[in-house]
Amino acid sequence: MSHRLSTGGRLIDRSRSLEFTFNGKSMSGYEGDTLSAAMLGAGQVLAGRSFKYHRPRGVVASGAEEPNALVGLGEGQRYEPNQRTTTTELFSGLKATSQNHWPSLEFDVGAINSKLSRFLPAGFYYKMLIHPRAFWKHVYEPIVRHSAGLGRAPDAETRDADRYEHFYAFCDVLVAGGGVAGLTAARAAARAGKRVIVMEQTAHFGGRAPVDGEVIDGMPASEWVDGVLAELHGLENVTVLERTMVAGVHDHGYILGYQRVADHQPGADKPRHRLWRVRVGQLITATGAIERPLSFAGNDLPGVMLASAVRDYVVNWAVAPGKRVVVVTNNDDAYRTALALHQAGVTVTAVIDARFEATGDLPAQARAVGIRVAEGMAIRQVLGSKRVSAVALCRFDSDGGAVAETLECDAIAMSGGWSPVVHLWSHCGGKLTWDDARAFFRPDPARPPLGHDGQGFVAAVGSANGMMDIVEVLSDAHQTAQGTGEAPQAEPVPEAEMLPVWMMPKQASYELRAKMWLDPQNDVKVSDVQLAAQEGYASVEHTKRYTTLGMATDQGKLSNINGLAILSDALGQAIPQTGTTTFRPPYTPISLGVIAGEAAGPVFQPLRRTPMHAWHEAQGVYWEPVGLWRRPYCYPQGEESHADAVIREINQTRTSVGLLDASTLGKLLIKGPDAGKLVDMLYTNMMSNLKVGKCRYGLMCNENGFLSDDGVVARLSEDSFLCHTTSGGADRIHAWIEDWLQCEWWDWQAHVVNLTEQFAQIAVVGPNARKVLEKMGSDMDLSREGLAFMEWRDGKIADIRARVFRISFSGELSYEVAVPASQGQAFWDAALKAGAEFGIAPYGTEALHVMRAEKGFIMIGDETDGTVIPQDLNLNWAISKKKDDFLGKRGMERVHMVSPDRWKLVGIETLDGSVIEDGSLAPLPGVNENGQRRTQGRITSSYYSPTLGKGIAMALVHNGPERMGEEIAFQGKDGATIMARIVDPVFYDKAGEKQNV
Amino acid sequence: MLLLTCPCCGVTAEETEFHNAGEAHLKRYGPGSDDADYEAYMFARKNPRGVHFERWRHAFGCGKFFHAARCTMTLEVFGTYSAQTLAPPAEIAAKIKARRPEWEGYK
Repeated sequence: MSHRLSTGGRLIDRSRSLEFTFNGKSMSGYEGDTLSAAMLGAGQVLAGRSFKYHRPRGVVASGAEEPNALVGLGEGQRYEPNQRTTTTELFSGLKATSQNHWPSLEFDVGAINSKLSRFLPAGFYYKMLIHPRAFWKHVYEPIVRHSAGLGRAPDAETRDADRYEHFYAFCDVLVAGGGVAGLTAARAAARAGKRVIVMEQTAHFGGRAPVDGEVIDGMPASEWVDGVLAELHGLENVTVLERTMVAGVHDHGYILGYQRVADHQPGADKPRHRLWRVRVGQLITATGAIERPLSFAGNDLPGVMLASAVRDYVVNWAVAPGKRVVVVTNNDDAYRTALALHQAGVTVTAVIDARFEATGDLPAQARAVGIRVAEGMAIRQVLGSKRVSAVALCRFDSDGGAVAETLECDAIAMSGGWSPVVHLWSHCGGKLTWDDARAFFRPDPARPPLGHDGQGFVAAVGSANGMMDIVEVLSDAHQTAQGTGEAPQAEPVPEAEMLPVWMMPKQASYELRAKMWLDPQNDVKVSDVQLAAQEGYASVEHTKRYTTLGMATDQGKLSNINGLAILSDALGQAIPQTGTTTFRPPYTPISLGVIAGEAAGPVFQPLRRTPMHAWHEAQGVYWEPVGLWRRPYCYPQGEESHADAVIREINQTRTSVGLLDASTLGKLLIKGPDAGKLVDMLYTNMMSNLKVGKCRYGLMCNENGFLSDDGVVARLSEDSFLCHTTSGGADRIHAWIEDWLQCEWWDWQAHVVNLTEQFAQIAVVGPNARKVLEKMGSDMDLSREGLAFMEWRDGKIADIRARVFRISFSGELSYEVAVPASQGQAFWDAALKAGAEFGIAPYGTEALHVMRAEKGFIMIGDETDGTVIPQDLNLNWAISKKKDDFLGKRGMERVHMVSPDRWKLVGIETLDGSVIEDGSLAPLPGVNENGQRRTQGRITSSYYSPTLGKGIAMALVHNGPERMGEEIAFQGKDGATIMARIVDPVFYDKAGEKQNV
Repeated sequence: MLLLTCPCCGVTAEETEFHNAGEAHLKRYGPGSDDADYEAYMFARKNPRGVHFERWRHAFGCGKFFHAARCTMTLEVFGTYSAQTLAPPAEIAAKIKARRPEWEGYK
């Protein structure tokens, strides 16, 4: 039984007891505990269930590499699944719940999978769930979905109660890891005057050295660490961050740091997490090493832990994993655990050492205090059901057939050697080299990740660089950081060679191999990887996906190398030939909240407001997002529905006068001696012959000939054109014009300026429009003759400087008035006042859309979709035949573009007058060459027309214009057939008399 | 995320300040050109593994387009230069040659 020791614990404060609950059960721990330390201290070994077999799982590690002890933390708006207990700092009132079990953690029905494990081998899903074919969708997939996923997602209705933020920073040297190597490097760089940031993922500095009782510069490691920290904190050029993990290393020295600011203080007035976005000159990774488990039968039972983790729990938190502990190892380091346990008064039953003889200093020390060392031995099998009760031993060289001895114990500390944490080195392309003597991959200094200048920008130091001895670690860090003077000194503790052990016993039978876990979270066993190899999986990336090895939330931090070794052995090749899977950021999962940062709620995106935005809002407007703008969709009055509001707005405009905020329309000014030449290239029409004072509707195409934008062009002077674009297209078209001007016709004397936000543009529309403007008072002649259709004038209206365009997108008498943005609201107010006697009312984008559709005007994005040419929309009149060249002209010459088989624009009326669903297709019998249902047309816009009292639509139909009057069948999304008739797309005022009064 | 230096305003900035605009030094083929030339202009791209020339716009800065020479494998940036060029200038070619002796020059 795990328990709290009566003395010791360098990180806990026994005077401050903290209450928490696990699965509703009250427990207590100390300030300074991690959740796993507190749970073990309270005797709670069982922490969760595994993914596939629902086997009982206990904590294995003491840090970020933990695969098993994942819990749901918090509740309601602060609930989060899959939190590692090993990296969760205990706080008062913490609520944790275990995962992946039903009905309870102690008794789980899904554990039956474990009994069926011989029928659930690697690749089970791929092999078994494909026959019969129809079963996948209706039987297998629902079952798999039900049992898939670890933990439960937060309730959809809850909102994260916390806030998050981003910090931007720059430094010469960023040190990842605050162990003795990282601190040594940081101090050296800081003393050289460099700007330094140190990021340590835990709340404590020093790494393993204080736990291992190292002595540096003549003092205990923890004292040395405090001294270095004090020096760093005192330097202005150094930023020291604890609880901050370097999550990812990206191109050109871009580093993401994940700071858990307030995870341990929920509800504090602080951001919960902070994302550091740092550009670094150099990244020094001092991320240490992670101990490897050993593969022996039953190594997944709760109570089996990493030897280093056991040592951490004893030294840091005064928690013992059991009363009688067996240590199993292939190296000297694990003897430190045996000694720490012994010193804490915990019985070490034996150290099982796979090596033929254990001759180093550390084994000698263990023997000296009376610990039994069993050389050349292996664990044959762990005995116990929900936790360890004993181990059966055998000779390491054997096949495990003969049990040499059985030892009672309630915990096992295992060590299979160490693997440098090479993740940060590898994220951005750093390569690894295999170290045969110490059996691990370490960074290859000759092949570092490269920066913008082609030089390496990452250096690994200390254990992360494969240095396993304290003396080496310190000198490596000091030298790499170009420290001056002597490196910190430490007392060497010589260790004997380790023996690579990938499986114990060495010749284990299948029966034993099928009980050796490589990945305890995903339930991948030695036998699964061997089966994959036998079935022909030679690539490590394929084997990973087939067996799910290393695909658990720990991303193979413990299982990776052991799995590679098993695969390599099965393939009969050396480990470096097999290679590793790809290391990808983040190092451990980071919260989605911190990725979003402040960009949530109202500041998710910038919001563009027209000068009349506040007025619209005050009317209770219903907004429609258009790009980053908000445009009024309609202005419902009282209880009025949106549909009714739209009908009212249209009727008001068609019968009297309406007001539209058109300020979002793009307004690009093209000016210069070559402006005419440029607009002729940009538009399909001839624009250079437009007279000053006149307007012309124009089309822009891309080089494929596809319609890209449209709008009215006004010639302001001999050398300047004001080009209106769609609301969503202004920035895109501006960039497009800049592109041609800067990169193709750079010798042309013309320039373009985006004036969109400089003007408020207000359309006064309807039979009474002129009366309203005249009442407002103007120095311009706004009569039918004084300002004819498709002309513009500069002058004053209501004493406001104004440019009036007589253009119409509704078919009614219409004036679009541009005034300085600052005068927009004043003009709007004046128009409302003057129009009161005509019942003037604002109308929104939906009324605008309906009115334009009634007139058969196309809308970019409705009638066009990036594959539509002007000819498809019967806009041949707007394509100049006189011009030698314009953008898109060559594209329109292509065979497919001149084909008579293209779909063309028509009007559509349903036979029963109903509104047909937008996007409905007109099916034909049979299938095309791709086996898809043949079609002959598509609805591009569809509305209820209050003017005509029925549904109207526009559609692209094969040979449409030649089929006027023909009946055609459409099919809605529900599959029902709707009969309709092909008609002229101009439904209202075909002669265009109303706009020309 | 790349770091690029705009040769127009001299600012070195993060990739998010720029827009990529595809391959550099394309020759436009307009009306009357044959199908093969037009196809090459519109659709055929080099997409090399190694030295590459591309267009960028300092979209959230000075607004100018420019060219960048970089390695698509290592992301090393050899240099940036004016958009008003039909081929990489000699000093850019020299910088590339210095870093990639096996490079056969701009084609």
